[in-house]
Amino acid sequence: MAAAMPLALVVLLLLGPGGPARAESPRDSLREELVITPLPSGDVAATFQFRIRWDSELQREGVSHYRLFPKALGQLISKYSLRELHLSFTQGFWRTRYWGPPFLQASSGAELWVWFQDTVTDVDKSWKELSNVLSGIFCASLNFIDSTNTVTPTASFKPLGLANDTDHYFLRYAVLPREVVCTENLTPWKKLLPCSSKAGLSVLLKADRLFHTRYHSQAVHIRPICRNARCTSISWELRQTLSVVFDAFITGQGKKDWSLFRMFSRTLTEPCPLASESRVYVDITNYSQDNETVEVNPPPTTTYEDVILGTRRTYAVYDLLDTAMINNSRNLNLQLKWKKPPENGYIHYQPAQDRLQPHLLEMLIQLPANSVTKVSIQFERALLKWTEYTPDPNHGFYISPSVLSALVPSMVAAKPVDWEGSPLFNTLFPVSDGSSYFVRLYTEPLLVNLPTPDFSMPYNVICLTCTVVAVCYGSFYNLLTRTFHIEEPSTGGLAKRLANLIRRARGVPPL
Amino acid sequence: NLLAYSFVLSPFSEQFFRSGHTNNWAVLVCTSRFWFNYRHVANTLSVYRSVKRLGIPDSHIVLMLADDMACNPRNPKPATVFSHKNMELNVYGDDVEVDYRSYEVTVENFLRVLTGRIPPSTPRSKRLLSDDRSNILIYMTGHGGNGFLKFQDSEEITNIELADAFEQMWQKRRYNELLFIIDTCQGASMYERFYSPNIMALASSQVGEDSLSHQPDPAIGVHLMDRYTFYVLEFLEEINPASQTNMNDLFQVCPKSLCVSTPGHRTDLFQRDPKNVLITDFFGSVRKVEITTETISLQQYSEMESSYKEDQMDEELMEPLKYAEQLPVAQIIHQKPKLKDWHPPGGFILGLWALIIMVFFKTYGIKHMKFIF
Repeated sequence: MAAAMPLALVVLLLLGPGGPARAESPRDSLREELVITPLPSGDVAATFQFRIRWDSELQREGVSHYRLFPKALGQLISKYSLRELHLSFTQGFWRTRYWGPPFLQASSGAELWVWFQDTVTDVDKSWKELSNVLSGIFCASLNFIDSTNTVTPTASFKPLGLANDTDHYFLRYAVLPREVVCTENLTPWKKLLPCSSKAGLSVLLKADRLFHTRYHSQAVHIRPICRNARCTSISWELRQTLSVVFDAFITGQGKKDWSLFRMFSRTLTEPCPLASESRVYVDITNYSQDNETVEVNPPPTTTYEDVILGTRRTYAVYDLLDTAMINNSRNLNLQLKWKKPPENGYIHYQPAQDRLQPHLLEMLIQLPANSVTKVSIQFERALLKWTEYTPDPNHGFYISPSVLSALVPSMVAAKPVDWEGSPLFNTLFPVSDGSSYFVRLYTEPLLVNLPTPDFSMPYNVICLTCTVVAVCYGSFYNLLTRTFHIEEPSTGGLAKRLANLIRRARGVPPL
Repeated sequence: NLLAYSFVLSPFSEQFFRSGHTNNWAVLVCTSRFWFNYRHVANTLSVYRSVKRLGIPDSHIVLMLADDMACNPRNPKPATVFSHKNMELNVYGDDVEVDYRSYEVTVENFLRVLTGRIPPSTPRSKRLLSDDRSNILIYMTGHGGNGFLKFQDSEEITNIELADAFEQMWQKRRYNELLFIIDTCQGASMYERFYSPNIMALASSQVGEDSLSHQPDPAIGVHLMDRYTFYVLEFLEEINPASQTNMNDLFQVCPKSLCVSTPGHRTDLFQRDPKNVLITDFFGSVRKVEITTETISLQQYSEMESSYKEDQMDEELMEPLKYAEQLPVAQIIHQKPKLKDWHPPGGFILGLWALIIMVFFKTYGIKHMKFIF
C-alpha cells in the first residue's frame, strides 16, 4: 500500500506538462556572450553576459509555465509588481586609471535598486519583503536592508528599460558595502542559467578561478525592453552579467600571455543547445603607443568594429554555434599573445641587509625624445640601536647621491682625439665614436631626519629610581632596625650653668 | 524477473518503517569570527560536506557560518577551505549554500531557527521546516566554556537556554529524534541540562578539559581542523548511504590517545538502543525508492505560431514606446524638491513651552500678558 502511493505520485508528475502545452505560452530566447579585453596594464578582463528575452506582457497574472526564464525571478516580478530590478555583488574596485573605462561598474559590496510599478500601494513594505526573498535566493545578508540604508534618489537612477513617466516615488536604492561575495553567491546565480554550468560559456564559471581575481562583479538585471524595432510591445529582459579582471602578476606569474585555460582552467567544449546565439569577442584594438599588438590564436573568422565608450575598437568574433569552430572533437582554447618589439633594458637590484650592505639599484633605460622621465624609489626609516647614533643625531643622516651616466647624442660629429696632442680637458673620458659624448652627473645627497630618542632619559630614570628606592627602602630599614628609648634629661652640666648665668644677666628665663 | 525482485526486496522492506522518521534535517553552526578561527569554519563545512554526500539536500540543511574564510583577503587560495594539510581536501566545494552568514549568526537567530518562531518574511531556505517525523542533526563548534558557548565574541548561549529550546521543539512536535554534536572546550557541559526525550548528544571533551586543534598548514598559516571533528570526518568518509554502521562506532571515534581530550556522549534520554541506530539515520537522507519498468510517453513541445498574429494585431493599436532618458538635465533642474509634510510639534516641545510660559507668569505676574498678545 505504502509502496504503491509513491508510484502513483510519480506517474502524475510525468503527465503534467502534456496537458497545458496546448495553451498559449510566451516565447523566450537566450543569448550568451563573453568579451575578453586585454588591458593596458597587462591584466585581462573577461565579461560574461547571459540574456534571456521573454516575450510576455508587463502585467502578468496566472503564468505558470516557465521555460528559459527562471521561475524564482518570474514569481518575484509578479508577486511584487516589479518594473525593474538591478542587484549586484562586487568584490574589489575597477581601477579606471590603469584599466580604462568599464562596461558596467557596480558598487563594492551588494547593491540593489528597484523600480516598482505604479500599481503598488505600499512601496516600503514591498521593498522590505523583496530584500528578504532575495537574501534567501542569493544566500546573502540582504535582509539587513531597511530604512537606515535605503534612499529614494530624485534625479539619478532613471529606469534603464521602457518607461512612460518616471515618478521617483516608486524607486528604492540600497547598498551594503560590507557584503562579501563568495562561492555561495555564485552557486544560486549559476543555477538561474538555462544551461546551468554544463554547456556553453557557463562551463568556464569555476569559483576557484573566478575569485582569485583583482575584481569580481556579478549582477542580475531585469527590465522591460522593446520587442521589435517598432517598439509597439514589451518583452521582459533578464541579463546576468559577470565581470572579472585577472591579474598578470598573481594569475599569470608575470607573463602576459593569456589563454582560456590559464584564466578559467577550462576550455569551451560545446555550445549551449538552448541558446540562439553564443559568441566570444576578443578586443584586438592596437594600442599603438607602445607598438604592441595582440595576436589571437585560432584566427577569427569575422571581426566586429564599432565605437564603444567613445573610442573605435575592433573585436575578433568566435561563434560557438558554428560547427567549424567547435564540435565534438575540438575544444576551443583561445590564446592571446602580446607581440612587442624587443625591449633593450636592464635592471639590477640588490636589496639592503641591515648593518651589512646598502641598497643598490642600477637601471639602463632609453629615454624617449621630448619627454620627462621621473624615477623614484620608496624607502622606510627604522630605529637604530642607541649606540649607533652619532653625538649630533638631530642633524640627520645622509643618503648618498644618485649617479646618472649618459651617452648624449652630439650635434656635431667629433673626430677621435690624440691624447698627447690635445688639451687635458678634452681627454677626461675615452670616446669610442664621435656621434655621442659621455657624461656622468650626480644628484644632491639627501638629508633624512631619523626619529631620535631622548638620550637624557637613562640619567633621569636612574635618578628617579634611586630616589624612590632610597626613600622607601630607607624608611623601612630605619623602622625595622632601629629601636627607640626614652632618655632622662640630664640635670647638671657645666655648660648649662654657664648658659643660665648669661641668661639671668639678659633677663631671659633659664633653661 | 519480477518474482526474483520481490525475494530480494523483502528483507529491506522490513526496514521500511523501522526507524520511525521520514525526513532528515541538519542545522550546522559555526560561531567563531576572525581568521585564526579558520578551523571552526572548516569543522562545520566538513560535516556539511559529509551530510550532503550522504543525501540530505540543501533545502533541508541550515548552514550558519559566522565569518567568511574562503574569500577572506588573507586566504592564499581564494574560494577554498581545506581540512587536511597540503591542501588535500577542499571542503568548501563548488555548490555550497550558506543560509546564515556573517552578522546574521546570533543567539537569537539560532534559537528562532530551532523553535520556528521566525518573522514571516524569512525565506524558506532560512527556516527549519521540520515535523514530528523528522530526524534532526545539530552540530555546533566554536569557543566554549563550562555551561556556555560563545557566539562571535560578543554574546553567549547557555546550556539551560539550549535545553529549553529543545523542550520547546519537543512540545511543538518539531522533531522525532535529535542528535546533538558539539566540538568546543568543555563541550560535555552543554548537554548536561537536556531534559527532553529522544535526544542523543556527543561532545568532544569533558568538563574541565580543552578540545585541541589538529594540524596547521604552513602555507595557510592557521590550524585547519579540530581533532575531534577531523577524526569524525575520517570516520564519515567511509560511510555510504547503504552502510549499516551504528552509533556505537561513532562513540569510539576519537580515543584519548588521538584526541588528547576525552569525548563524551549521553544516551539516557534516547529511547532506542544506540547499537540499533544507524549513522545514516541522522547523517544521511535515505530515500525509499521503488523502481518501475512501466514506460510513459511524453508529448513533444512545439513552438507556438499564434503569438505572431498577436503582435501584428497590437501594432496598429498601440503607439511606439520609448526608453527613459538617463540624464535629462533640463527636467532635473526644474523639478521642485518635494516639501516635507508639516507636522505639528510633538508632545515634548509643547510641554517644554508650556513649562517656560508658566514659570514666566509665576515670577512676573499675569499683568504682563497684555504685552505678549
